[in-house]
Amino acid sequence: MVREVAIPNEVREPGTGVGGRGPNVRPPAGGDGGGDEGRRQPEGNPRFRRRLLRARIGLAAAAVGISIFFLAMSSAYLVRQGTGPSIGRDGREVGAWIPLVLPQIVWFNTLLLVISSATAEMARRQLFHQPALTEEWLGLGKPTQRRALPWMGITLLLGIGFLVGQYLAWQEMNITGWADMKNPSSSFFFIFTGAHAAHLIGGLVALAWAGLATALSRPLETRQVLTDISALYWHLMGAVWLGILGLMYFAR
Amino acid sequence: MTPQPVSAAAPAGVLRRYLFSTDHRTVGRQYFFLSLIAVLVGMVLSLIMRVHMAWPEVRLPFLGQTLPEDYLAYMTMHGTLMVFFVLTTAPQSAFGNLVLPEQIGAGRMAFPRMNALSFWLTAVAFVVVVSALFVPSGASQSGWTQYPPLSVVRSTGAGQGLGVDLWIVGIGIFCFASLLGAINFIATVLRMRALGMSLMRMPLTVWSWFVTAQLTLLAFSVLLAAALLLFFDRHMGTSFFVPAGVVVNGVVQKYAGGSPLLWQHLFWFFGHPEVYIAILPGMGLTSHLLSTFARKPVFGYSAMVFSTMAIGFFGFLVWGHHMFIAGLSPYATLAFATLTMVVAIPSGVKTVNWLATLWRGRIRLTTPMLFSIGFVSLFVTGGLSGPILAQPTIDAYLHDTYFVVAHFHMIMGMAAVFAIFAATYFWFPKLSAGRLMSERWGRVHFWLTFIGAYATFLPMHFLGMAGHPRRYAQIAGSAEYLQGLLPLQTWVTCAAIGLIAAQFIFLANLFWSLRRGCVAETNPWNATTLEWQPPSEALVVYRGAYEYGVVRDGRDYRMQSEE
Repeated sequence: MVREVAIPNEVREPGTGVGGRGPNVRPPAGGDGGGDEGRRQPEGNPRFRRRLLRARIGLAAAAVGISIFFLAMSSAYLVRQGTGPSIGRDGREVGAWIPLVLPQIVWFNTLLLVISSATAEMARRQLFHQPALTEEWLGLGKPTQRRALPWMGITLLLGIGFLVGQYLAWQEMNITGWADMKNPSSSFFFIFTGAHAAHLIGGLVALAWAGLATALSRPLETRQVLTDISALYWHLMGAVWLGILGLMYFAR
Repeated sequence: MTPQPVSAAAPAGVLRRYLFSTDHRTVGRQYFFLSLIAVLVGMVLSLIMRVHMAWPEVRLPFLGQTLPEDYLAYMTMHGTLMVFFVLTTAPQSAFGNLVLPEQIGAGRMAFPRMNALSFWLTAVAFVVVVSALFVPSGASQSGWTQYPPLSVVRSTGAGQGLGVDLWIVGIGIFCFASLLGAINFIATVLRMRALGMSLMRMPLTVWSWFVTAQLTLLAFSVLLAAALLLFFDRHMGTSFFVPAGVVVNGVVQKYAGGSPLLWQHLFWFFGHPEVYIAILPGMGLTSHLLSTFARKPVFGYSAMVFSTMAIGFFGFLVWGHHMFIAGLSPYATLAFATLTMVVAIPSGVKTVNWLATLWRGRIRLTTPMLFSIGFVSLFVTGGLSGPILAQPTIDAYLHDTYFVVAHFHMIMGMAAVFAIFAATYFWFPKLSAGRLMSERWGRVHFWLTFIGAYATFLPMHFLGMAGHPRRYAQIAGSAEYLQGLLPLQTWVTCAAIGLIAAQFIFLANLFWSLRRGCVAETNPWNATTLEWQPPSEALVVYRGAYEYGVVRDGRDYRMQSEE
């Protein structure tokens, strides 16, 4: 039985309050997320805003999971570092923690990643640039495409550059003799960089997908959400990398 | 606007309806039947183990005599399948997907395509894990806990080669699928509630799925990290978990300075929240059903919400109680023991509140209600052995005995499963196309299962106290002090056979009712929550979830969407 239900504003007859709060002045805005946040005006219509916030909450949850994943490995790193060497069957010391010497290229890669975060952020902002959005809404061409695609392209290139640089770092570790997996500190280096690279590749796929959506002129809202989420994920990857690097450098 | 002619929707092909379905109900059903297959495989494995324990010489058809290494492989697979594919999947993924969006008035999950992906990844994980039983070298023998060095060194057993690799890969995929599912649940609860559905008006089932999703997010990430490190130890020559100088079959293994304790810490940091993931949805459902069928509001709704959160929070701080005899510092041991007793407090609050919900209620003993009351009984019985095991001095004796086996089977194997049964009977109209399971056979199933549960698992406490070790394939013909326990083991096996036999009644009822069960009305249980609401366009919530008891207009309940 379908009823017309006006969004209630006035005081309602309070429910018994059983199983929840006491009598309310009006039904609290539930899943609406509180309507507009109050701090900023909603960009575009409320439906888009809900979709964006939903995607962002999903990304926040993913960020927590990813962070805990790297934190678990960091904890293993610190525990292993604190464990002294053992005596092997032949009486010799094995498994001593040798402080890691990071390949120099890693610092250059970090610079690339930080710059790529800046370019990703530029790309993201283009999709929320009000004048461009208004032009698109009025049907006056596709300025967001023109503005955002170059930044996305640069980000992708820098990201690929980072991965190439990481591969070169692995090569360097191999050549300089650090690639013996028995050595605890360098084995962690490979695990950390490998896991980060795997997540970063996922980020590249997301960015490429957002770029494709923009290039193929998918609905504006879709492009905005995709670009927003991929850019924020990219920042997360940068932050994770800085965390890992910090751990391996300062707690070497 | 001229009315458009209504055309019958073109019947969607099998692919679109099942393979690519993003409908939350279909995904929920898919998870349910995956869990059902897993529980059947797990039950068969437990039957083989029980028969071997009581009568070791028995030669089974096709399998022959169960060798000790076979027993360990069955034990590993039984634990893995039951904990992951039944207890983590059915309460949360199956019923959560089936019911949550409707209970909050959302209509769909936040990310429907990712939801479908989660299910199919879980299904792939299941196939990978189960395939270990069929490879020539057999399944892993190192237990669902996969302690190194046993799980790392491939020469320690037949199943420790490919078997363990399949376990790691399968469980790794399962972790990833669970994480995707958790993200979906969190985003759905936070962003997709209907107008008026405030957090404190949500049914307790939704609260439990929400908190459980957060636990899943935090715990499975750690398991994934641990599994990755284990895989590296096995194949990439690292030494995270294996110490130097380990000798296997006379051969010194080339590992250097790893720590088996590191695995235990990582695994149990996941493993303890995992058991709360298994039980919290059941607790939420029990609160929900006790209220519905006692026709009374939940006693202490806020306390229930906060105790759910407290259990979730403190559940992360107690993992060391699985490691009391591992050689931890006594101060760490003291901390873990104290915190374990602390986590029992919110569980106690819930138990008291369940009883208070029943007190002076107008109780209707339907099948879901019977299973919910059974849950409370089994939760108390199984749970009470928890604080006992939480005493390190007592655990020094009881660790790795049948006392522990009794504890977790009572509480996970039976209480959590009772919640799954209750959910199946209660939400059967949602699971099927609007039908109900037979009440009469449901009652028969309940009583046989309830008696069978106690008959099977209560004696195990005595076995444990007498010193019977767990994970032993056979005690017949072994140490003198264990021979006296054989009659009790035989009793347990006979009870287990009866318990398993009783489940055929459930299976028959389930599959018969899917097609021939009596058709349910829209709200067959006269419940208040939104999933029993007739479908309507605009859904606004005005009331809390448990407004039972006040009789007006001939009804003793008010639906959440009633003004």
